[in-house]
Amino acid sequence: MSARVQTAPFDLARELAGFGAGAGAVVTFTGVVRDDTGRMAALEIEHYPGMTERALSDLGTNAAARFGLTDWRIVHRHGRLTVGEPIMMVATAARHRQAAFQAADYLMDWLKSRAPFWKREIARNGAARWVDAKSSDEDALSRWQASSLPKYPSPAATDDPA
Amino acid sequence: MTLDVLYFAWLRERIGQPRERIDTNAATVRELIADLAARDDWHAAAFADLAAVRCAVDQQLADLDAPLAGAREVAFFPPMTGG
Repeated sequence: MSARVQTAPFDLARELAGFGAGAGAVVTFTGVVRDDTGRMAALEIEHYPGMTERALSDLGTNAAARFGLTDWRIVHRHGRLTVGEPIMMVATAARHRQAAFQAADYLMDWLKSRAPFWKREIARNGAARWVDAKSSDEDALSRWQASSLPKYPSPAATDDPA
Repeated sequence: MTLDVLYFAWLRERIGQPRERIDTNAATVRELIADLAARDDWHAAAFADLAAVRCAVDQQLADLDAPLAGAREVAFFPPMTGG
């Protein structure tokens, strides 16, 4: 049960060694830098040191309570990443696969629009542009929210409806 | 009240610095924004469209109407784009 923010690459096999020991199901998701325009050289990721670690940790705690996880891990990189490089990963462990899949999906939905990261695309010609948040990412959160929860800000660990 | 105010992404670029320490009597985030926007053109440009501004009070996401009583650190940034 841990969350990390780092510039260095991560090794999925190493992250999973000993992860979720005794669980019936382990699900992992890895996000990779994608080039949608055919012109991108790199992605720069800025974050809010201090708050980021806290937000990811709260998120993992919420997911664990809601889906009955026996283990979870979030690793998110920051700094300059080139196309094809892994950006982040989540891993979830539970007794059964449905909870592990759902928890990974939940973590990704929350992480995309409630963890303090900002992406900037660097084109091959050096031009840079901040990536806009997608309204579809905001919409994705609604399926996880009980009507009693505010849409914004994210629920604190104690507010989880699980 | 003395507050550390932090800026990220394009808010940081528009304001020209990542953080500043200010004295304010603002009771809410929205009042703090009004104080900041009145400082100079750079701040005014950063806060021109509040629909594009998110904030955190003491490292917890907060509404623009959140109270500032007891707060030490307020951060402003665009909608987040992690993952």
